[in-house]
Amino acid sequence: MPPNELKTSSIPASRRTTAKETDMNMHSMTIRGRDRYKSGVLEYKKMGYWEPDYEPKDTDIIALFRVTPQDGVDPIEASAAVAGESSTATWTVVWTDRLTAAEKYRAKCFRVDPVPNAPGQYFAYIAYDLDLFEPGSIANLSASIIGNVFGFKPLKALRLEDMRLPVAYVKTFQGPATGIVVERERMDKFGRPLLGATVKPKLGLSGRNYGRVVYEALKGGLDFTKDDENINSQPFMHWRERFLYCMEAVNKAQAASGEIKGTYLNVTAGTMEDMYERAEFAKELGSVIIMIDLVIGYTAIQSMAKWARRNDMILHLHRAGHSTYTRQRSHGVSFRVIAKWMRLAGVDHIHAGTVVGKLEGDPATTRGYYDICREDFNPTRLQHGVFFDQHWASLNKVMPVASGGIHAGQMHQLLDHLGEDVVLQFGGGTIGHPMGIQAGATANRVALEAMILARNEGRDYVHEGPEILAKAAATCTPLKAALEVWKDVTFNYESTDTPDYVPTASVAM
Amino acid sequence: MRITQGCFSFLPDLTDDQITRQVQYCLGNGWAVNIEFTDDPHPRNSFWDMWGLPMFDLRDAAGVMMELNECRKVYGDRYIRMSAYDSSHGWESLRLSFIVNRPKDEPGFRLERHEVAGRSVRYTTTSYAVDRPEGRRYG
Repeated sequence: MPPNELKTSSIPASRRTTAKETDMNMHSMTIRGRDRYKSGVLEYKKMGYWEPDYEPKDTDIIALFRVTPQDGVDPIEASAAVAGESSTATWTVVWTDRLTAAEKYRAKCFRVDPVPNAPGQYFAYIAYDLDLFEPGSIANLSASIIGNVFGFKPLKALRLEDMRLPVAYVKTFQGPATGIVVERERMDKFGRPLLGATVKPKLGLSGRNYGRVVYEALKGGLDFTKDDENINSQPFMHWRERFLYCMEAVNKAQAASGEIKGTYLNVTAGTMEDMYERAEFAKELGSVIIMIDLVIGYTAIQSMAKWARRNDMILHLHRAGHSTYTRQRSHGVSFRVIAKWMRLAGVDHIHAGTVVGKLEGDPATTRGYYDICREDFNPTRLQHGVFFDQHWASLNKVMPVASGGIHAGQMHQLLDHLGEDVVLQFGGGTIGHPMGIQAGATANRVALEAMILARNEGRDYVHEGPEILAKAAATCTPLKAALEVWKDVTFNYESTDTPDYVPTASVAM
Repeated sequence: MRITQGCFSFLPDLTDDQITRQVQYCLGNGWAVNIEFTDDPHPRNSFWDMWGLPMFDLRDAAGVMMELNECRKVYGDRYIRMSAYDSSHGWESLRLSFIVNRPKDEPGFRLERHEVAGRSVRYTTTSYAVDRPEGRRYG
């Protein structure tokens, strides 16, 4: 659906900029020549940071911000200030600008739209020249785009909603160490989502007890088990104990099933040196996958992605901490931007929401994240919160991971919402099974295979889901027990992060 | 033991009717289906032997089923799988793979542990079947 068919609500009259202001704002107000550089303070929109006639180049990076100006602040001036403060500007005119090709380096706000149904908020489109950024560095990109500007006083709130990354810039990144296709080839698993589980309880198990959970879950039919985000090296379990027992479990389960199995060994640590040491040990022991937490930082993530590529390792990222800045609609950074950065940074797995589980995730917004991870081209889809066409130039694809409060009884919905290239992680839904962990794993695997079989046969699996599961359960007691114990578990709460545009029916003329 | 490689190994063995519908799904997606067989089902044995080439340009699953029955006549004592190849840009690999024939007895795998420095162990998985020469491993 083209953007102009999407519904934009009206802004209350009191919040609108005056007609005179609007008229002025339609044109560039940039002061040029020597007057531009007179000492003193100048409005940002007159310094060259508001250029409504500017046409972004194919090589420009474009950022879309949701700007909430303080009361009485002109939205155009606020948006120009965001452009200024995220590129070359400081609060006053400096003559040293004249020693540079300043016009090229100024970020240019070229479009400001009121946000539908959100009085006082504006979408500001800002273009940045490619030369403003160091190739292949998320740290540099983020230091520019979200470095200073989020604390800027004239703004009540600011959110980075989306970014258009030009191919010229995408090509400066390694991208995912392994990618979806090669991960499937290495794991020898095709045609269905992969299955995982996070070991629970997340804290307190000894290495030996921990490995027991891994063995049971993998032998029962899962492809992966996972360390939780805060399992590193604590008094109850030193990291080497965990790694040794986990690899015993993985190898035993492989021999028992004839399948390739893996466990995400979390190598997150206090220093890069420690992380490398842990990653090397994981490799020595024959692990196919390691994991890191988002909180280690962008540079550490890129370093581990390069290590993973050099060492034939799949790299799992747990997005620990992201909700502190992604969840609220008015302020922070949207997860779709984090997903784009992480695809560039080079992780192979990223937690991207379940829709039906216990954690935040509106279906349309989540769909946008999944597309960003898995497609080679993302067309603009405002109804999914995707504001730009994005070409990925054959950069490897990231496998999204759905984790948190999901169980076998939701298999048809999970497949419908999330598709086939996803890791479905049933932690409680495996380990909490009344007949034990192996039975829990088997229930999930049987439910999944039955659903894929039915989908491929052309059945309306979304509607017939419960029936398909019941039939599979007739020959699988663990699945029967799982369906019984979790039959009423749903998490229906309102999402805080939903798209601003909803499709409306258009009348054919 | 039952080897659980492939997409549908946790379900009861598929009937020929069920296999036909899965093959039809593959062909409908424009994927070329290949029949592959082996008597060495090691999890890292990627290259099972091919029963002819992937069947390009085929529309009807009946053709694949005919080939499967021929293959079963010769190698019915071994593992046989269907593999569907997608040549689309950005994928260019398998889209679906599932076992359609198994030996009567599946002896499984031996896990050898070679203890090395510290508490580390080097693991080797070996199929009991490969203790016997190729072609005489099952049945």
